[in-house]
Amino acid sequence: MNQLWMALLTIALGIAGAVVYFWGANAILDRIFPSRAPDMQTASRNIRRAALVRPWLFLAPALFALCLYLVYPVIASTWLAFHDRSGDRFVGLDNFRWLLGDAGFRESMFNNFLWLLVVPAASTFLGLLAAALTDRIAWGNLAKSLIFMPMAISFVGAAVIWKFVYDYRAAGSDQIGILNAIVVAFGGEPQAWIAIPFWNNFLLMAILVWIQTGFAMVILSAALRGIPEETIEAAVLDGASGVQIFFRIMVPQIWGTIAVVWTTITITVLKVFDIVLAMTNGQWNSNVLANLMFDWMFRGGGDFGRGATIALVIMVLVVPIMIWNIRNARREMEGK
Amino acid sequence: MANLKLTSVEKSYGDVHVLRDIDLSIEQGELIVFVGPSGCGKSTLLRMIAGLETITGGTLEIDGDVMNAVPPAQRGIAMVFQSYALYPHMTVRDNMAFALKIAKKTRSEIDAAVEKAAGILQLTPYLDRLPKALSGGQRQRVAIGRAIVRDPKVYLFDEPLSNLDAALRVATRIEIAQLKEKMPDSTMIYVTHDQVEAMTLASRIVVLAGGGIAQVGTPMELYERPRNEFVAQFIGSPSMNLLDGKIVATGKVTEVQLASGGKVVGNVPTVDADLGRAVRVGIRPEHLVPAEPGKAVCTGVVTITEALGEVTLLYIDAGEGRAPIVAKLPGIHQGLRHKPVALGAEPDKIHLFADGQSLLYR
Repeated sequence: MNQLWMALLTIALGIAGAVVYFWGANAILDRIFPSRAPDMQTASRNIRRAALVRPWLFLAPALFALCLYLVYPVIASTWLAFHDRSGDRFVGLDNFRWLLGDAGFRESMFNNFLWLLVVPAASTFLGLLAAALTDRIAWGNLAKSLIFMPMAISFVGAAVIWKFVYDYRAAGSDQIGILNAIVVAFGGEPQAWIAIPFWNNFLLMAILVWIQTGFAMVILSAALRGIPEETIEAAVLDGASGVQIFFRIMVPQIWGTIAVVWTTITITVLKVFDIVLAMTNGQWNSNVLANLMFDWMFRGGGDFGRGATIALVIMVLVVPIMIWNIRNARREMEGK
Repeated sequence: MANLKLTSVEKSYGDVHVLRDIDLSIEQGELIVFVGPSGCGKSTLLRMIAGLETITGGTLEIDGDVMNAVPPAQRGIAMVFQSYALYPHMTVRDNMAFALKIAKKTRSEIDAAVEKAAGILQLTPYLDRLPKALSGGQRQRVAIGRAIVRDPKVYLFDEPLSNLDAALRVATRIEIAQLKEKMPDSTMIYVTHDQVEAMTLASRIVVLAGGGIAQVGTPMELYERPRNEFVAQFIGSPSMNLLDGKIVATGKVTEVQLASGGKVVGNVPTVDADLGRAVRVGIRPEHLVPAEPGKAVCTGVVTITEALGEVTLLYIDAGEGRAPIVAKLPGIHQGLRHKPVALGAEPDKIHLFADGQSLLYR
């Protein structure tokens, strides 16, 4: 309860602080460059000057936060990557050399690659399917809300939910995990699902797919509705079947949006961390880059050099996709 | 290449009747224009023929086959949409070829059909362009080309020119007329709200109003012998003047005493029973000509003149509470503003309506 009050208080203080800052800064600016000067010339000069300063004044908090939490860490990580575990001694490319030879890194890269292959594709495809199907049924909006709901759950929360789905109890005892319960009901042997190397990757991916499908569905549903009705009617007259219309007329018209959704999910996938941490913590060959970095930096490893090196690798993987994504999204917004 | 027959076709959404009692037969080779004000159901009727809207009553036959439940693609129709409805991700060639690809035609058949249509529509240089790289007129031609390659029995045009600017509209209108000339056997149905398009293109016009057919006829029939006040006022620009009056003499010609004063004689036969009947006298603006005050149908002061060069429109004050009478005189007459005029019309040009219906049709 106390924590709740603290959280509320923090929010209130934050908003009040923002109001005070923006209002106060603006008031001071007006004081320095009064627009009600006695003569017209000074007044117009003051308005012009104030207009030059004002954007920077309003941008300042955001710029400050960006520098502190984004620019500085990038520089610091790069610096750390070329130093030893405590960050004291310059070691050149040693960390990168180690990385290339490390089995754990290769496993994580491989797993990340698998995630990259499966999750964006599955989420986008399922999202597209859900968008297309829910548009045609009476209870489509209800279905949409249900599919979208997981978006509101944090990754850790989702992982906890799915931990129960995959839960394992020894054969003979009551299975509280739905998956094992189903397997047992059909006469199978209960499995410790998330401890089965290689396949456990896909079980973890299912969680992210479950979360991201709602996102893909909402964006793609809006895109589908933006398709001119006449092009679909024209295709009906041209004799195309429902499936042909979907794949040859509708999907090509929303390619841009599909690409944006796909790459957005790709970026999320490259950064995936919480799910793996909460479900397996990288055991049973299910580690991914972000969790590996966390391991080296803060846990067992305590090696800032190696942790930072892995962080750089993740960044190098994400940035090109990010740039492409933003360009694509911008083009979409301008209507090509 | 087909005939169409609509028998008491109707369309309703629940209790709302949009169209009812549509009886119409269309012969092969005709270019039929559906015309009417916004919301009269002309586009709905076209979409029902296309199969994009269900027919809630009556039957639609094409070449003698009932088409009510036949899927759009198998009705042998092709439609040109108001917004062109080109597939934006396909080149001109692919847009035109799409229907044939779906129908699993061979490559050579498709190419031949596309090349031929492109040739007719002068689209050959643009075959590999995307629609967004074309002008409005070119897009419209691609939309028509998409219809031509399917070699349909019936072409349907849904306000195909309304997205074009005025100059292009005239040019494309003439192209459509030429296209029809090249394909004399094809049946076309064309929806528009533009009466100039209707008058110039149609072999017959169907005037729709209030969910029903107001009149079917050739453009000149509609102009010279409108069946009712609605058609009389809808066809022709400016609209026909309607003056209240009372029949005072019947026979081969009819004499009407106008409420605004003055008498008018029209070549409309009436019977004795019509004597004293309240009628409205219709005179087209272009049929009003200067007359001696004694023989004038209308006299009054010109309040506004609109000189268009070839003609001048005069708006004549018809007295308190009455719509001004419009006259269209050849030449330039701006000097008549604020001057009294006396205008009359030939008995041939007089229309008489009782209860909204023309006395010619009884």
